[in-house]
Amino acid sequence: MESHWVEPESLSTHEKVQEIMTLILGRKRGMTQLFDADGTVHGVTVVEVGPCVVTQVRTQEKDGYDAIQLGWGDIADKRLAKPQLGQYKKAGLAPKRFMREERLSAAATCKVGDTVTCDIFKEGDLVDVVGTMKGRGFAGTIKRHNFHRGPETHGCMNVRQPGSLASKRIGKVIKGKRLGGHYGDTRETSKNLRVVRVDAARNLLYIKGSVAGANNGFIQVRTAKTGVRQKAKA
Amino acid sequence: MDLIGQLERENGKKTLPPVHIGDTVEVHYLIKEGDKERVQLFIGTVIAMKNRGIRRNVVVRRIVQGEGVERTFPMHSPRVKDIVVTRRGETRRAKLYFLRDRVGKQTRLKELLGEKARKERELNKAMRAADGSATEGS
Repeated sequence: MESHWVEPESLSTHEKVQEIMTLILGRKRGMTQLFDADGTVHGVTVVEVGPCVVTQVRTQEKDGYDAIQLGWGDIADKRLAKPQLGQYKKAGLAPKRFMREERLSAAATCKVGDTVTCDIFKEGDLVDVVGTMKGRGFAGTIKRHNFHRGPETHGCMNVRQPGSLASKRIGKVIKGKRLGGHYGDTRETSKNLRVVRVDAARNLLYIKGSVAGANNGFIQVRTAKTGVRQKAKA
Repeated sequence: MDLIGQLERENGKKTLPPVHIGDTVEVHYLIKEGDKERVQLFIGTVIAMKNRGIRRNVVVRRIVQGEGVERTFPMHSPRVKDIVVTRRGETRRAKLYFLRDRVGKQTRLKELLGEKARKERELNKAMRAADGSATEGS
């Protein structure tokens, strides 16, 4: 399997971090528990990632930056917009539903049509997982900002109300005041989660902790940005 | 396709000892003493069970020096080496929380006797004889 992985030994620490940044696309399958040999229980999210196909390689000369573009998830031709369809036709690939780019610090070593599978990660790696949080519609301050509620009895009428918005002296509501409003359905990144197990045969990653979004929701898994850097320093 | 259920079946123990509500059981539980490990027995009555895939667990209650003690054992945990049923209990409900309010002779349960219980016991005995220990799953 050809991937954009570059052996980091010859690079300096900073470059190393940039170079081993890896991305893969997939979907969340659900949560379960895993037992260690010593009986410790881990809550893990099972995600199905890859195989992704490299749909485009961005180069310094042509695009002004180095990156690779990955595609994942089969889709019927008629469901895809014509420009994207043309891109796939030109590359001679089956059309994919999701496309994401990953920036590289040096020219990519892979070419269009290469596949990326979940074994770019190994057990113990730290990853960031990007997902779309479940939408909650118009939510009040208790759900949205973790406000406390008021007393329910003794004649109180302010059970779930936000309380005072400002003082009379200020005379206006300060911008950024936390109030009710639309909550959820936003891009959320869970950082520095540990890969507990890699199941290459079924394209599954077991990631410790929770991941934003509903089951079967689209997610991106990439090498942790901050966690790896800390590790490299030590 | 129920992927999570399938994974839980693969990652959990292959066979679990047949435990029912109201049974008197011995739980063989691996405990750590300093840097040594040994198997401890916890003997009591099964008052509740949860059957949530790999999170399946039993709540065992016993009276220690006049004080009720309840412990929850995850059945798929590698620390739970074995659960041996020493006496089947006859119950009409799934959760025996009413035993918490009772002391002394009142905590006794009627023993489940009869053809079905006897057959199960013999089957279980044969299974244990066949593979040494019934819970030695992966």
